[in-house]
Order: sequence, then C-alpha cells, then structure tokens
Amino acid sequence: MNDYLLVAAGVLAGPVIGGLVSGADRIITARVQARVGPPLFQPFYDVAKLLGKEAVVVNVWQAFCAYAYLAASVLAVVLFFLQSDLLLIFFTQAVGALFLVGGALTSTSPFSQIGAHRELLQILTYEPLLVFVIIGIYLETHSFKIVDIFRWPEPLLLKLPFLFVVLGYALTIKLRKSPFDLSTCHHAHQELVKGLLTDYSGPFLALVEIAHWFDVVFLLCLCALFWATNWVGMAILLVVTYLLEIVIDNVTARMTWRWMLGYVWAMGLTLSLVNLIWLYAAR
Amino acid sequence: MFKSFIKKSRIKSPWLLHFDCGSCNGCDIEVLACLTPVYDIERFGIINVGNPMHADIMLVTGTVNHRNKKVLANLYEQMPHPKVVVAIGACGLSGGVFRDAYNVVGGVDKVIPVDVYVSGCPAKPEAIIDGVVMALGKFEDKVKALRTGT
Repeated sequence: MNDYLLVAAGVLAGPVIGGLVSGADRIITARVQARVGPPLFQPFYDVAKLLGKEAVVVNVWQAFCAYAYLAASVLAVVLFFLQSDLLLIFFTQAVGALFLVGGALTSTSPFSQIGAHRELLQILTYEPLLVFVIIGIYLETHSFKIVDIFRWPEPLLLKLPFLFVVLGYALTIKLRKSPFDLSTCHHAHQELVKGLLTDYSGPFLALVEIAHWFDVVFLLCLCALFWATNWVGMAILLVVTYLLEIVIDNVTARMTWRWMLGYVWAMGLTLSLVNLIWLYAAR
Repeated sequence: MFKSFIKKSRIKSPWLLHFDCGSCNGCDIEVLACLTPVYDIERFGIINVGNPMHADIMLVTGTVNHRNKKVLANLYEQMPHPKVVVAIGACGLSGGVFRDAYNVVGGVDKVIPVDVYVSGCPAKPEAIIDGVVMALGKFEDKVKALRTGT
C-alpha cells in the first residue's frame, strides 16, 4: 500500500513541483532583469495550450521518441520515490535523454539536427560527472540504495562538498541554463531558432516540457540526498542551489561546446577525483 | 473541466511569431519594444518565438512583394491550428506608400487571411499589444470553425 502511495507521489511530483519551480524561476529571472514576469502558473498555461493545439509531427518516430522520453523521465522519478538503486535511476534518465535527441534527429531540419548534436555533447559532458557523484555517495555510505542513503546519520554535503559542486555543473547543463544552454533554451530566440525542440510542436512539445519538469525534480532529488538527515536542511540546500542557478543563468552568456567540454571536464573531473581521494584517504 | 482550462490557457499563453515582410524597420522596432522591460509582454505569458511550429499568433509588418509572398504563405502553413494573424502598420494593411510600386503585391491580406489590423506608421507598442489582445478574443471562433470544418 505504501509503495502505491510513493508511486502516486512520484507521478504527481513532476507536474506539480517541476511546474511550480519552473514558474518561480521565470518570475525571479524577470525580476532580476527589472521586469515583472509572468504569473506563477504560466508553465501550466503553456503546457495546457500546447496540448490543445493541432498535432503536427514530422514522422511517427518523433512522436514515439517524445512519449519514450516522458516515460523514462517519469520512471526515473518514480524509482527515486520508491527509494530504489541510484545506478538504475541514473541509467533510466540517460535513456530518456537519448530518446529526446533521437526524436530531434528524425527530422531533416538543420536547426533540429545541430541542436541534437549539441545536446549529445551536453549529455557527454554531464553523464560522467553524475556517475562520479553516485560513486562518491557509494564510497561514503557503502550503498547505491536510496533507502540506505537516507539512513546515513550525517549529511553527505560535509564529506562530499566538491562533488556537490560537480553536481551543480550537471544541474546547470540539465536545466538548460547559461553558459551551457547550447542545444535549446527557454529565452526568446537563439541562433538555432529553438535548437533541439524546433520540430517538436503542439502536444508533443507539451510532452517534452512535462518530461523536462520530471528531470528537474529528479535532479533536485539528487541534490536533496546531500542533506538527507532533516527536512529543513534539505529545503534550505535546494532553495539556495536553485537561486544560485538562476543567478548564474543571468550573469553568464552562452559559450561554445568546445569550451563547455574542456572546462566542465577539467573542473568536474578534477574536483571529483580530489573528493574521491580525500574520501579514500579519510577511511 | 480540462477543456475549459485549455480554453483559458490559450488566452493566457500566446506565443508570437514576428515576420518582417519587407518593412522599413519602424514597425519592427516597435514590436521589439514590446519585449523590453518598459512594456514587458511576458507579464501576459507572451513569448516571442522564432519558430512558426511553436507560434499561436503571427505578427506581420511591411508590404508583401512578389519575392516574399511565398515565404509568408509558407510560414502561415507551418503554424499549427488554432492560429491568428495580426497585420501591423500602414504597409502591412494596404501596402502603404509603396502600394503602387511595380514589385508590391499589397497588404498582408492579399496572401493570407488576416484577423486583426493595427494601423499606424509606425504602429505604437500600445496599439500592437491592443491588437494582440483583440486577436486572443478570436481564438474561440477559430476553434469552432475548425470543428465545423469551415
């Protein structure tokens, strides 16, 4: 019975928390830019409108990929709420990310193609970092199970501070924030029109948007593991992290993929290794 | 209940596609002025998209000529239903001072159906926002027309 409740909580968390976080993000970003910004529920209006639009697809594979991306993202969050294995959850969300790229690659539009290629480079950049974060958590708690991580008596942040910064890099890329918003981004136009999402339209764009909310929830859950000992600490950590993301988004400009790959791998892998060696030496 | 929420959302989340159909840039600057912090149309959920496949409202400025009438028709075709078109400025309405030129077809409505006409040379940002709001009111008729197949 409890499991069913957790599944329901996971399925609801995506649209509710993800949507609200995205709405709050847009308001705070607008205030930073001396604007008023849209209402808090704007992301819900956008998705509902898109669901009500005419369905236009380039080919059936694009529609299939949109559904597969949503399914994988929902599954990752539900598995997290069921306190399952971190590695399993990691691979589930990776499959989802690849389906999104696959859908964009089915179209012949050059915008969509370049966006998809850039997204692949982004995935290449953040996936090793996420693996290192998960390895760090394992070295500290001796388990990949979220159940055991929640039982760990002290906050992981104290032992894994550098890995939290590394997770921050992955978070910035995954949330499509500057300076890593290469493949597509929320703000107005970019040089690739809408990059990866150019050929997703109407209801399928809505599915992709909902799946993105689930991804946001998944990453915030991953951040939450770093202060799993009490709810207040967890909430403070998440709010501070997300506000920092918004600030970074507003003070940086979009960079090239070469810079992203070089910088994030150099910084991310170094910080990860330093933290892992420290953990190993402290044992 | 969900249907009424979609209906409400259509009005609350219009995404604009702005097409410069050979304008002198006067009207274009006024359209872009709407996006700046002074007018801040994102307050109303309006986003300026560069992709016709994501757009609900098409803003067209400038005269239509024989070169770009196909581009205009193509962009209109790519927008998924329901969609509305707002023609902006004297040139977009009728061809303006260029209407008698040999290469000019005339107003936007010679090529695609126009729902709202915003006059001015150039049109004021306030008038453009007003035109967009008027266009939002036409979504209901568009959906009905789509259902009856007219």
